[in-house]
Amino acid sequence: MRSTARHTPTDILKTAEVWLKAGKSVALATVIETWGSAPRPAGSHLVIDSDGNFEGSVSGGCVEGAVVTEALEVIETQKATTLEFGVADETAWQVGLSCGGRIKVYVEPVV
Amino acid sequence: MELSLLARLNDLTERRRAAIVVTNLSDNTQHLIERTADFSSHPLAQEFEQRFLSGKSGTVETEKGPVFLTVSVPPPRLVIIGAVHISQALVPMAEIAGLSVTVIDPRTAFATEDRFAGSVLKADWPEEALKDTPLDAFTAVAAVTHDPKIDDYPLLAALEANCFYVGALGSRKTHAKRLERLQKAGADPTRFSRLDAPIGLDIGAASPEEIAVAVLGSVIKAMRKPEADA
Repeated sequence: MRSTARHTPTDILKTAEVWLKAGKSVALATVIETWGSAPRPAGSHLVIDSDGNFEGSVSGGCVEGAVVTEALEVIETQKATTLEFGVADETAWQVGLSCGGRIKVYVEPVV
Repeated sequence: MELSLLARLNDLTERRRAAIVVTNLSDNTQHLIERTADFSSHPLAQEFEQRFLSGKSGTVETEKGPVFLTVSVPPPRLVIIGAVHISQALVPMAEIAGLSVTVIDPRTAFATEDRFAGSVLKADWPEEALKDTPLDAFTAVAAVTHDPKIDDYPLLAALEANCFYVGALGSRKTHAKRLERLQKAGADPTRFSRLDAPIGLDIGAASPEEIAVAVLGSVIKAMRKPEADA
């Protein structure tokens, strides 16, 4: 493939395996439900390590920051959690989807 | 997710095998379903079948609570038989559309790096070139050489492998003769309706570039609306 190739969900899962085998603590975030015009479909992944490095996406960049923060917590507690994002009010620009959609994201430790 | 499950999933992906990770969202347990395994006794068997076809991940409600299915199917591939003028236009367009593309042509005058810069070009007979990367259900095949010596084998192999798209260039007359040859070679005639010939969407394409657009349209239609296949 040429450089136009995007990071596919399978690339992200490979990254998760490589990071884990390199001794990093890793969490995996997955879009599990979408409503309205959500930017990334169910099954999209974001992989996060304990230093806050990440690959992939669960939205168009709108909520990744919040997901990474939650993922650090998940790595700490080793407990999976489900997050929900949507547009509620003006503050949505900070941790929400400007497109007007809603998404549910499952964040789990990879061990 | 446990490393052992993740590693198994990645290994399957590398070998272009489809699989589904089943995550119980209530108790966070997970297991892996391989497409080639016998999962008929699983309560979600029917759901798995549909998901393997659509390639779509999603949440389903079960007696044990909500379950998320992460569907992993191989990225779609397009194998073009013939390093011809149509292919020169089809390669970049198909790559932009997200397909990984292979061009196969044993005629070294056609299969040159100059004509196909950057694409995966195999200057060999399809019989040989397809040995390393066999055709599968996530591969589209477009045979555009016009030459039975080159086109017939990959068409047979594509029908056999249940490729999601199989197209062949040539007029209706040419195609009728082709079907006779394929049947003699042992192809199952009930599968002939899956052959897209004359190749491509019927948009009146005239130039090689326009035919490439028509072919790509057909490939995308077969991928996104498989139920619309005649």
